Amino acid sequence: MTSLSSCLLLSALLFAIGLAGALMRRNAILVLIGIELMLNAANLNFIAFWRYGPNPEALTGMMFVIFSIGVAAAEAAVGLALIISLYRHIKTTNIDEVNSMRG
Amino acid sequence: MLFMIFAILTVAGAVAALSLRNLVHSVLALTLAFAGLAAVYLQLGAQFIGLAQILVYVGAVAILIVFAVLLTRDTRATSQSIISSSRIGSWPVVLAVFGILAWAIRHSARSQWAIPPQPETSIQQIGNAMMLRFALPLEIIGLLLTVALIGAVTIAMREQEETR
Repeated sequence: MTSLSSCLLLSALLFAIGLAGALMRRNAILVLIGIELMLNAANLNFIAFWRYGPNPEALTGMMFVIFSIGVAAAEAAVGLALIISLYRHIKTTNIDEVNSMRG
Repeated sequence: MLFMIFAILTVAGAVAALSLRNLVHSVLALTLAFAGLAAVYLQLGAQFIGLAQILVYVGAVAILIVFAVLLTRDTRATSQSIISSSRIGSWPVVLAVFGILAWAIRHSARSQWAIPPQPETSIQQIGNAMMLRFALPLEIIGLLLTVALIGAVTIAMREQEETR
């Protein structure tokens, strides 16, 4: 049987992988993918604490995950629209080349 | 045991998604990671969340990312390194974040607690909670989705004045 700490470790690992991708990849779409992975790691934490914590019948952890999935979907839509708009203006998705506002 | 398989599948998908060079392969690996996570949810007894994860992430977000990849195909960046050279120094940050999280998980008193029995939740209970106790957040999330999607369309729409 799985325990709370193994779920939390999986979540921490996913968060670290997502963070590495968001910080280091050049492509803006992959940065967005990294952010999605970090959001999913947070969702896994909510589900794990709902499952192993007291009062699972209150369903608060589950509800939080449902709303979090909704917010993540909205975030993905807006983020990808921004990337497409960026590509239309400067013909690249490499975030190293997007430096026209650098001081 | 089953949890370990799904966990390995998820982590392998996530690592592959962020380390492959071809973007379409990345998105396919990301789909694998999302599906593995959905299996973990199902195994933890959260059927509704697992199915919602498959519908929203595997079904919608992955397709959306594929469309974005196809619309922003960058042909000349193939010879470059996929990792930004100026941010290679963020490895210590990532390792420190994971180390601190893992240390906190190992040393928390909560991890020694007994495993409670599988909670019984039906879709009906979730629906009742959503319509009664969480009705206002549900309305707000609907409004947020509407605003975000209208905003996304507005941002991505071709600007007429500029192209003319």
